[in-house]
Amino acid sequence: MNYLHHIGAYFLMLREVFKKPQKWKVFWDLFLREVDDLGLKSLGIVAFISFFVGGVVSIQTALNIDSPFIPRYLIGFATMRSVILEFAPTFISVILAGKVGSFITSSIGTMRVTEQIDALEIMGINSINYLVLPKVIAALLFYPILLAMAMFLGILGGWAAGILTDLFFTEDYLYGIQLDFNPYLIQYSFIKTTVFAFVIVTIPAYHGHKVEGGALEVGRASTKAVVWTSVVIILLNYFLTQMLLG
Amino acid sequence: MLEVNNVYKSFGEFQVLKGISTFFEKGKTSMIIGQSGSGKTVLMKSMLGLFNPDKGNISYDGRIFMDMKENDKREIRKEIGMVFQGSALYDSLTVEENVMFPLRMFTDENKSDMLDRVNAVLQRVNLNEKNKLFPSELSGGMKKRVAIARAIVMNPTYLFCDEPNSGLDPKTSIVIDNLIQEITQEYEMITVINSHDMNSVMEIGDKIVFLKNGLKAWEGTKDEIFLTENETIVDFVYSSNLYKKVREAYLKGF
Ligand SMILES: Nc1ncnc2c1ncn2[C@@H]1O[C@H](COP(=O)(O)OP(=O)(O)O)[C@@H](O)[C@H]1O
Ligand SMILES: [Mg+2]
Repeated sequence: MNYLHHIGAYFLMLREVFKKPQKWKVFWDLFLREVDDLGLKSLGIVAFISFFVGGVVSIQTALNIDSPFIPRYLIGFATMRSVILEFAPTFISVILAGKVGSFITSSIGTMRVTEQIDALEIMGINSINYLVLPKVIAALLFYPILLAMAMFLGILGGWAAGILTDLFFTEDYLYGIQLDFNPYLIQYSFIKTTVFAFVIVTIPAYHGHKVEGGALEVGRASTKAVVWTSVVIILLNYFLTQMLLG
Repeated sequence: MLEVNNVYKSFGEFQVLKGISTFFEKGKTSMIIGQSGSGKTVLMKSMLGLFNPDKGNISYDGRIFMDMKENDKREIRKEIGMVFQGSALYDSLTVEENVMFPLRMFTDENKSDMLDRVNAVLQRVNLNEKNKLFPSELSGGMKKRVAIARAIVMNPTYLFCDEPNSGLDPKTSIVIDNLIQEITQEYEMITVINSHDMNSVMEIGDKIVFLKNGLKAWEGTKDEIFLTENETIVDFVYSSNLYKKVREAYLKGF
């Protein structure tokens, strides 16, 4: 019952999000700010994680296929597939759910408990549209860029790790990552990321907007938002994979 | 004239307002007083349409707020300024941007006209050379001034202040009170102030509405408050010994 209530309220919120902004000039300023807050400020962590996770995947693969009958180029092939299919889109999205999600809930939640949202509403501004739409658009446009970078750095990390540990040769790896190249898999990955980007913004925004109380409640709401966002990402990942690849 | 007609508001089982009626006039600072938790904020937010009253209505110079379409409500909102209890300045904007915000949102003026207007109201609230600071860099009194500047930048007809003195020292409180009163007279606004500060009431209360247990327990002017025999208000106002003595002296005719 309670869950249904929240799901209903969440979709009602989405209806407000996708209204026309009251003033495009103000929207544009907010959008640029969000590209910075949600996108550019995540570049570092995404680059760092992708590179090292790519490295770990290739080392793990190399160590697990030590039979002389299995060709070494399969390491490159496996790393490429894991990074593109799961590590870049899903793993990074869960990390962003933590980083960006808690930021969104706490910033909107703080605005709620300090009456900044009331101050918007009193002027006749649709606070949901004003606060959430720029974030959604910024994430939808910027997260695919983050994804592309994560894929590239993941594969690069895989190569670097293999070379540094002498587990394979560059030619094998390069051959492996080009083997049986299927552009649909990349497309699949971008579709997932776009859906996740939407979830990473809207679920925390919902939790922030409905906070009641004070700083403590804002903290609680942030935790809840991160948990729910991650759960929804994992579930959607399952269903999308079944739908798109199954 | 701003009229409140028989307003009821409950949260779940809990009845906060049980039929409040009153009116507020132009050029006067009217005050809603009552203990903490007596429903002052709920009444004000009901007047502003942030809460929908369960029953009753609010009339802005004959325009019944609840009956209006969202677009017409917006027109009235442009005539309303509000100073929130904690100032509610936008953290991510500077002082100047905060005050300019309503102009940017609702007018098509060019930047330099807007800046002139912003500087004029900041001057009016005696806040100079703080334009580029962020709210976190201001004192409580300065934040209140910025909040007042933001509230009046659109030349409102109606000004609402929720506990404008909360968190301020007595001296700053008086300055802010007087500022609100002067601006009310200058701009001929209908000003409604929530307060539990008896100093402000005695200082600037052209009209006083006393809330208790969800009802209007008393209504009158600051002069009448000295003379009233109404026990609940005497009990509330004169809970401090100082005011008891002031009242005795007043009744004796100094
Ligand atoms: N959104 C709300 N939900 C439930 N109860 C509320 C809400 N807002 C206020 N109340 C309750 O209404 C009563 C009056 O509150 P309020 O108007 O804030 O008092 P005050 O006179 O101090 O401004 C309080 O008991 C408060 O707990
Ligand atoms: Mg209050």
